[in-house]
Amino acid sequence: MKARTVDPIPWWLKLIGAVVAIYFILPTLFVIPMSFSEAATFQFPPRGFSLRLYENFFTNPVWLDALKNSVVVALLASVLATVVGTAAALGLHSLRGRLARFARTLLMVSMVTPAIVIAVAVYISFLQWQLVGTFGGFVLAHAAIGVPFVLVSVTSALGGFDPKLLRASASLGAPPLRTFRTVTMPLISRGIVTGAVFAFVTSFDEVVIALFLRSPTLQTLPVQMYNSVTVEIDPTIAASSSVVVTVVTVLCLVLQFARKGR
Amino acid sequence: MATNGTLHGGQTGTQIRLTGVSKDYGLATPAVDDVSLTIEPGEFMTLLGPSGSGKTTTLNLIAGFETLTGGTIAFDGKDVGTLPPHKRNLGMLFQNYALFPHMTVAQNVAYPLRERRLAKADITRKVAEVLELVQLTGRDDHHPAQLSGGQQQRVALARAIVFGPSALLLDEPLGALDRNLRATLQAEIHRIHSEVGTTFVFVTHDQEEAMNLSDRIALFNNGRIEQLGTPEELYQNPRTLFTARFLGDSNVFSPLAIGDGKVTWENNVWSASTSFADAALVVRPEDVRLGSPPPDSNSVNATVRAVEYMGAYRTALLSFGSSGVLGRARLDAADTSLAPGQQVTAWWPVAQQRLVLSKEPS
Repeated sequence: MKARTVDPIPWWLKLIGAVVAIYFILPTLFVIPMSFSEAATFQFPPRGFSLRLYENFFTNPVWLDALKNSVVVALLASVLATVVGTAAALGLHSLRGRLARFARTLLMVSMVTPAIVIAVAVYISFLQWQLVGTFGGFVLAHAAIGVPFVLVSVTSALGGFDPKLLRASASLGAPPLRTFRTVTMPLISRGIVTGAVFAFVTSFDEVVIALFLRSPTLQTLPVQMYNSVTVEIDPTIAASSSVVVTVVTVLCLVLQFARKGR
Repeated sequence: MATNGTLHGGQTGTQIRLTGVSKDYGLATPAVDDVSLTIEPGEFMTLLGPSGSGKTTTLNLIAGFETLTGGTIAFDGKDVGTLPPHKRNLGMLFQNYALFPHMTVAQNVAYPLRERRLAKADITRKVAEVLELVQLTGRDDHHPAQLSGGQQQRVALARAIVFGPSALLLDEPLGALDRNLRATLQAEIHRIHSEVGTTFVFVTHDQEEAMNLSDRIALFNNGRIEQLGTPEELYQNPRTLFTARFLGDSNVFSPLAIGDGKVTWENNVWSASTSFADAALVVRPEDVRLGSPPPDSNSVNATVRAVEYMGAYRTALLSFGSSGVLGRARLDAADTSLAPGQQVTAWWPVAQQRLVLSKEPS
């Protein structure tokens, strides 16, 4: 990558950026210290230091199962969303006209639809298909809301992709699927990985649809967290929140560094 | 140069026969309209024409990137109309090189060989051989972005010929290069054509390139072949005004009143014979002289508008007759006798004039 020269950022823009960043990060800054508290209830500033909440989180089967479910659902959902989103991006990239624009909008619509609306719609249709409370149901619903992220990131990666390469590859004897594997995919891999991570994170912290789809035996981490504050007031949520925040932050940082390294 | 017959020699290329080929996108006029053309094995055929004339579409039809809406294409007599591009065994060169940016030079060149599942040792040997042929030895591990435009096009050329394609299709491969490089690469393409000996189909809008490189030129206009022939035939004997204007400079006298053994332009009566009812008279600038006309020549009054110094020669910009049609005459580089505004008589040997069809066929 060549170094790009960028116009200097004006001070007021930096100030706004800082204020917004603090606004987003501040809640996290309360949660993480609280997760190391000795107290059995929520307290700030935290009293003492212990790993008791973490111990509870990682030993209590209710929390542990929820974490495991969330990770598996998010993994499968992001794989599915990545395959579908990438295929859609590739197909729409070579199409022009009203129909293609319509299809793109349709695929993006879940990004701007209120979560509760999607959740109700998913719940009603999944009731009929008997997918409520099943693993498959979680994966399908979460994959659907992950597709737009993959579509956007792969589409932007395709912006810098020269379609003549496809013709070159074909002329050299490669059938379309092999061309995708050896030429297209390596060149848009950044977009695919970005989309996959976003799809994973979207599923991992999704709570509204999960609340509708849960069953007594199957629930995800965000649902358990929701329960823990509304039903039982369990301070373990501080530990689980910290875990979620850390996982998501690490994923995004890895993505960021992988990008710079290239 | 190390040769062992895998890249060159013994190879004559494929005959490409187009019969009544059409491509219609549903626009007002078809992009390619009933084109028939036989490209002989080992021939260097240029598809020449202005943009939108159908030359690139024709090339894409040969490559299989576009589907025919009419006619047939056959390689060595075998119909390839339904064959997908990756099964046609054609090398292709693009204007923007189309090298794979995530692969090194060696990986790019090896790509078609890996696709054909050659043994690793054979791939290494052939890659080295072809890189030597295009004079890029030692750049194996560079990435395309580290090479100049000319070098990138050499890599693309190496990649397109390394697997011994039936034919090489070149889609304005020199268009993105500057003037000097273009001349060098033009010579390179010429040399490689004679060394590799396969069929070359070259698309360009540059008449100079076409004249320098081609065995034959198919001149395209409005989706049809306007004229087909060797560069000499097209230059010396253009059949239509379009051909006369597209290849080289022409002084055009039109409309003409056609008589028996004579034509009249304005009030000049010239000896000429033509079978066309609708003809224009064309004279190349290098055939126009100034001064008193000898016998067996035709002449016209002209006014000098300007004299341009071109280095090897001078060009007099003239306006002919009473209507002041602009034209050119070529002068010696040392000739400084003319001044703008001067009245002269322009003449040319009757044998050097051409009568061409003046209406463009619609």
